[in-house]
Amino acid sequence: MKIGAPKETYQGEARVAMTPASAKDLQKLGHDCLIETNAGMAAGFTDDAYREAGVTVVDDAQTLFAGADIVAKVRPPSDDEVKLLREGQTLISFFYPGQNEALMNAANAQGATVIAMDMVPRISRAQKMDALSSMANIAGYRAVIEAGANFGRFFTGQVTAAGKVPPAKVLVVGAGVAGLAAIGTATSLGAITYAFDVRPEVAEQVESMGAEFVFLDFEGEQTDGSSTGGYASVSSPEFTAAQLKKFREIAPDMDIVITTALIPGRDAPELWTEDMVKSMKPGSVIVDLAAERGGNCKLTVKDEKIVTDNGVTIVGYTDFPSRMATQASLLYATNIRHMMTDLTPAKDGVVNHNMDDDVIRGATATHGGEVTFPPPKPKVAAIAAAPKKEKPKELTPEQRRSTEIAAFRKETQTQVGLIAVGAVILLAIGLVAPASFMQHFIVFVLSVFIGFQVIWGVAHSLHTPLMAVTNAISSIIILGALVQIGSGSFLVILLAALAVFMTGINIFGGFLVTRRMLAMFQKS
Amino acid sequence: MEYGFTTAAYVVAAVLFILSLGGLSGQESAKRAVWYGIAGMALAVLATLMGPGSGLWLLSLILIAGGGVIGYQLATKVQMTQMPELVAAMHSLVGLAAVFVGYIAHIELNRVLGMMPTERAALEGFAALLAHKTPVEINILRVELFLGVFIGAVTFTGSVIAYGKLAGRVDSAAKKLPGGHMLNAGAAALSLLCLIWYFNSGSFFPLFLMTLAALFIGYHLITGIGGADMPVVVSMLNSYSGWAAAAIGFSLGNDLLIVVGALVGSSGAILSYIMCKAMNRSFVSVILGGFGGTSGPAMAVEGEQIAIDADGVATALNEADSVIIIPGYGMAVAQAQQAVSQLVTKLRAKGKTVRFAIHPVAGRLPGHMNVLLAEARVPYDIVMEMDEINEDFPDTDVAIVIGSNDIVNPAAQDDPNSPIAGMPVLEVWKAKQVFVSKRGQGTGYSGIENPLFYKDNTRMFYGDAKKSLEELLPKIE
Repeated sequence: MKIGAPKETYQGEARVAMTPASAKDLQKLGHDCLIETNAGMAAGFTDDAYREAGVTVVDDAQTLFAGADIVAKVRPPSDDEVKLLREGQTLISFFYPGQNEALMNAANAQGATVIAMDMVPRISRAQKMDALSSMANIAGYRAVIEAGANFGRFFTGQVTAAGKVPPAKVLVVGAGVAGLAAIGTATSLGAITYAFDVRPEVAEQVESMGAEFVFLDFEGEQTDGSSTGGYASVSSPEFTAAQLKKFREIAPDMDIVITTALIPGRDAPELWTEDMVKSMKPGSVIVDLAAERGGNCKLTVKDEKIVTDNGVTIVGYTDFPSRMATQASLLYATNIRHMMTDLTPAKDGVVNHNMDDDVIRGATATHGGEVTFPPPKPKVAAIAAAPKKEKPKELTPEQRRSTEIAAFRKETQTQVGLIAVGAVILLAIGLVAPASFMQHFIVFVLSVFIGFQVIWGVAHSLHTPLMAVTNAISSIIILGALVQIGSGSFLVILLAALAVFMTGINIFGGFLVTRRMLAMFQKS
Repeated sequence: MEYGFTTAAYVVAAVLFILSLGGLSGQESAKRAVWYGIAGMALAVLATLMGPGSGLWLLSLILIAGGGVIGYQLATKVQMTQMPELVAAMHSLVGLAAVFVGYIAHIELNRVLGMMPTERAALEGFAALLAHKTPVEINILRVELFLGVFIGAVTFTGSVIAYGKLAGRVDSAAKKLPGGHMLNAGAAALSLLCLIWYFNSGSFFPLFLMTLAALFIGYHLITGIGGADMPVVVSMLNSYSGWAAAAIGFSLGNDLLIVVGALVGSSGAILSYIMCKAMNRSFVSVILGGFGGTSGPAMAVEGEQIAIDADGVATALNEADSVIIIPGYGMAVAQAQQAVSQLVTKLRAKGKTVRFAIHPVAGRLPGHMNVLLAEARVPYDIVMEMDEINEDFPDTDVAIVIGSNDIVNPAAQDDPNSPIAGMPVLEVWKAKQVFVSKRGQGTGYSGIENPLFYKDNTRMFYGDAKKSLEELLPKIE
């Protein structure tokens, strides 16, 4: 099949859906690759680089759409581009079928199959093609960089000859992929980073990235994200109130606020109110990653950077991934390539559009002349619900002491009991057995005791040498054979001789192999 | 006078043996300890050859020398991965020797009992010792030698089967004849009947019948135990060979045999106990085969095993500061210990902290992994026990699991219905990133799913461990 990537037509879009590297991998799957001339220029990939990777460069979008069986794009197609689609052709791009119903119907009318990269289900198997996550990762990173560019101070605290510089305080609201990327970037720049999320189960992830999780004084039940595929859902009014109260409390301290809170299929929730902005210091920066959906801060202006009256900069850009076009293209093209890998299971260049596959089914918006959106729920739940953990009960000192005493008593009881039973048995044997036997028996019992005491001290790492050496010394049975060999008949001599011979093997073999092993143990 | 000399030599030998075992508490003192053992053995053999009761000492010396040559060959040629087989094979020799010595005691006893008092006075050596015994002592002697032969015979066939399984000559899966444990119980009951019979009659037939029954028990018991439980089996056989020697010591009235037998017996028993504890299973359940009962369906494992190639592993290792390697039986099978050692040398040369975490039941012999790593010149002070290192995983950048499975299975802690619930495991999943070197997607010996392989921070590095590591080596820079 031929896979083609046109130049993006959306104003200011710099990304491209195919890179020279991804093209090479696609060719390994048995596909041929096409690209529109200059499609990769804005992302730093020249036509020559594509040609070197074995990609055919075509002059315009018309030729490309006519020549390709599969069209890979970044942005949803424009109305003009939809008209270029034809029956049996597959389009892979961000599509947002929920919001773009007319576009979807138009594509379906052309008979084309649409695979929406934004609809890839959130299950572990599909992570490699989760383009939303790759883009969110970039957005989170870029948000911090963007904030830094508008922030007049260092991120990291320094003590210089010219004076002390306090570290910047960064608050990240929403610890999704973008939020975590922002946390990672901010902490690695040296800022003191705080993070908040309505899903308490992400606190651990936040802390593992080096930020401090902002906990609320809230007693009620919090929803965890597992029922909604790992995304946040709407909070209760009480919870929202507690959250706003906390934010109000910390807002004056924060230098940089990055908000990333989105609820799937809804407008962005308002988290950073006007009075919080007012309470912030002049020179502070807010980066609102939810600007596309109305913003987490009501003052945000989409696609623009504004400065409020009290000197707080609010960045409302929505094209962060495109601002890092090279990185974004590399990741997005890889996501596309993974999607193609799943679509070409035999790696023979033949696409098998398997609608029974959860991932492919979920991402397909139109197929075979029918609108297949919305998809049924995937068979595999995205994240297993975390079992409710019960805290182990703390024991009071008195309780602990009493259990200790009870344990000690029990131990004493069993020990005394064992000694008593052992003594009774010994006495019983002693009554019957002759003195000569009892003498040997004493030796035996004492040896067992010594054995137990000595062996507990053996290092775990020397257990194999221990086995080899006990093996060698258990050949002490040779003494029995040696004592017997001289007395009696031929049969006795034969058996004894065999026994001596075998134990001879054992003695030498056992000791030598032990010595060999021990010689290998070396200190560094 | 001569007799006093022998006893004195035995006392010294016994002390040397105890020191020899005690010295194994540390790697450095162990090197000295093995010489104590050798000296003790030499002293004991010499004293016996010179002492009363021995004859044909030239023949004896030749036989010992002959055995020594074979033993030397075995000890110098054996590969460290074959240690379990060697140990099992040597146990079988001790078992068989115990059977022979027991039989001789029986033959001599009957010969002496058939003699006139005048003839008895003229006897020499071992027979003379028997001639002085009272009827009660003779009865006790019969029980002792009977026990010696019984344990010896069980040890013999058991060790032979264990050897076969470890060497791959016998299928290592757990198998049982129809009838299962009833057969074992039947054979044990038969042996008990034979004991009563033999005690009363002193004839050869019950002894022989019991020997057959014991040989069967040894065979059938070990056939029913699967490959991964071999550490317990080998320790148990080690213990048996000791008890057999002790029983024979009783029947011969030889205190040194009793002392050494008891030392070896208790050593094996402790090793078995440690192994069972490390699997959170009772000794009986291991010996009777199969896993303990489960109380419900195991948790379903969700997610996907994500593969990674050598480049990815190399990148992660190059960036990591602290690395823990968890070797298992798979490393021994693939003979990958040299490659592992080279990897460690390279990583350490770059100033990274590299350590090993050893689970007590990793491998097929107690302490097996330690020996393999020592052979590959890994310094022993970076090889840690489970309890020493388990708390360090959360601060570790990369954990590499090489050919182990159940000992790193988080289900042992998370899933109360798992067959291995409660077994202490190495908490590798707490490391920032885990790589699992494994041949394929199978579940391993126990057939238990391992949720570790599906975790978000786990990547599967498929392929033969040795080849994978050799592929990885040049990429570490």
